[in-house]
Amino acid sequence: MATSTDMLFKTLADPTRRALYERLCREGETTVGALTDGSGVSQPVVSRHLAMLKQAGLVQDRPAGRQTHYRALPGALTPLTDWTSEMASFWDARFNDLENLLGRMDQ
Amino acid sequence: MPEVRTVVIERTLAHPPEKIWRALTQPHLIGEWLMQTDFQPVKGQTFTLRRQPRPDVNVVVDCRVLELEPNRSLSYTWDAFGLQSIVTFTLEPSAAGTVLRMEQSGFRPDQDAAYKGARASWPQFIAALDKLVATLD
Repeated sequence: MATSTDMLFKTLADPTRRALYERLCREGETTVGALTDGSGVSQPVVSRHLAMLKQAGLVQDRPAGRQTHYRALPGALTPLTDWTSEMASFWDARFNDLENLLGRMDQ
Repeated sequence: MPEVRTVVIERTLAHPPEKIWRALTQPHLIGEWLMQTDFQPVKGQTFTLRRQPRPDVNVVVDCRVLELEPNRSLSYTWDAFGLQSIVTFTLEPSAAGTVLRMEQSGFRPDQDAAYKGARASWPQFIAALDKLVATLD
């Protein structure tokens, strides 16, 4: 669990890969060619990033003739978006700030 | 059946309830520990909580005051990232000061929202990513 989460983070820590994944989330299934347009990098670089996203379980490919289509697998983000643990750590941090504030406040 | 999730945080603070109440209800103090806000201590009043963890990420939480009992309890709705929830603070005097308890109950109204959910939680995810990236070398 922790290992796969770390892998997700490391895979998405790269801004080009993150942008590709975000585009697939927003636009749905997209060809490698279309993803290359506007990405600012060459098609082999895009393909390499997509392969890493696939390895991390973030995207799935679908070869169709000469084109390969990719789509995002949003379920892969579940470990990162678990609401309960996100909110628990959020409130824990906020309570630290509250305690700090109370120490600085007048009675 | 909507999916219900609950988060409970409880902490003993070495301060009287009246002082903690100020930090929970005065906007300039709320801004120092929670988020920027236009909160007013009036039942039924709507307000927002806002923060910008990064220049390109805006977190906005839509809220409405549900219950308010000075120095005792405060409850408001908390809608963000496509998820509706209710936040309730209760203050209990103790020998050491005050036990502050925060309970947040969340409801996910649309069950088919896995895809939308991943998109809606993107800003939150980026914030979490930033935290983790800071710990990587």
